[in-house]
Amino acid sequence: MYDFELTRPGTLDEALAALRAEDAQPLSGGQTLIPTLKQRLAMPSVLVSLTGIEELRGITREDGALRIGGGTTHGQIARETADSFPGLSHLAGKIGDPAVRNRGTIGGSLANNDPSACYPAAMMATGGTVITNNREIAADDYFQGMFTTALEEDEIVTGVRIPVPQSSNYQKFEQPASRFPLVGVFVARFDGRVGVGVTGASEGGVFRWREAEEALGSDFTPEALKDMSHPADGMISDLHGTAEYRAHLIAVMTRRAVAAAT
Amino acid sequence: MSKRPPDLRRPGVSRRGFLQGSSVVAGSLGLAAGEVRAAAAEPTSDTRNIEIKINGKTRNMSVEPRTTLVEALRDTLGMTGTKIGCNQGQCGACTVLLNGSRVNSCLTLAVMAEGGEVVTVEGLADPSGDLHPMQSAFARNDAFQCGYCTPGQILSAIACIDEGHAGNEAEIREYMSGNLCRCGAYPNIVAAIVQVRDSQQG
Repeated sequence: MYDFELTRPGTLDEALAALRAEDAQPLSGGQTLIPTLKQRLAMPSVLVSLTGIEELRGITREDGALRIGGGTTHGQIARETADSFPGLSHLAGKIGDPAVRNRGTIGGSLANNDPSACYPAAMMATGGTVITNNREIAADDYFQGMFTTALEEDEIVTGVRIPVPQSSNYQKFEQPASRFPLVGVFVARFDGRVGVGVTGASEGGVFRWREAEEALGSDFTPEALKDMSHPADGMISDLHGTAEYRAHLIAVMTRRAVAAAT
Repeated sequence: MSKRPPDLRRPGVSRRGFLQGSSVVAGSLGLAAGEVRAAAAEPTSDTRNIEIKINGKTRNMSVEPRTTLVEALRDTLGMTGTKIGCNQGQCGACTVLLNGSRVNSCLTLAVMAEGGEVVTVEGLADPSGDLHPMQSAFARNDAFQCGYCTPGQILSAIACIDEGHAGNEAEIREYMSGNLCRCGAYPNIVAAIVQVRDSQQG
């Protein structure tokens, strides 16, 4: 790691002030940022730790949705949404491993926007909202490609609002070493609408499979997708799988998610 | 500071460029081997004094902000029971308990543990030298060969039972998935955990 300073503010206002320093960067759970620093792929002058900010943590229920603080860990989400939103609980409880889930946070994951991160699939499928220190951003507008989001320089993800569907399920085909999804599909069924969020597959990052959403909107069964396949154009090809393989997995994982959510 | 290559000054941008250029995706698809150790030899900024309760004893130490918890344990305090395997948070050899939760100490900055309580493998046996039941069970069940992953396995195994995730063999394997064993002692590790779980219930 290159050398850096570190501050641990106790309030959001103090954190925002600290982030005004040149090349300052927020640090949440550090489960991605610290390996990145070790590889010298980032060189912040100051890390502003967000873990001491009480207002960024916790899960509350508000009008058909869950409001989750950006500093809430995957482990806490897995434990505390098991009854209120089992699909999300299952997703959070399968991220990485227990040690990673005890440190990594939803805000950090969304700010990083790894193309294979799990939460973005749920955010897209449910029509979630990313809440920052100065605005609210719809998921469709927030995710803008691999590691790219609508966040401005000095903006912090303070929380998310995720509408709770009638039923939902997340299926990921794991890359067995990292447990990131090779392809992950979150299916969310609401009254009158179905959302399908796909992560891990596309060079453009997370996306909604709108054809599948339409077909499932009138017939929420795996059979509704029987003759449907996703094109391989723009899908990721790497040592873990070809674009064609990933495209195939999208349909397979979507059907499995629908079967499990029915 | 002046040695820093200018193209790395904007972390997000440069990382993205690197990633797109090389098709390597940090995080999801694994990081290339890097110069993890080289940083230690360079001139550094201020160190700071922190206090962490380790195995029940308050320890004061002087660390740089970039010092990881496992480096503080091993290099600053000389407590080499906690091992560094991958140093990227994938293998679990560095697992310790921080405020009662298992964490990868290689992905935790020492300063982030300030004021916290850490338990390492050195803190498991009781003062008379009797091993912790999990340590005994690992020995009885041959739950290791080379032993390098064992301190992390044992801390993780204790947490696995404490969290209530040792209900059956499949659950144990799922909740021990963050601790890799290149010797392949997994069946014996699971057997050790089952044994301790059953003895605690009995």
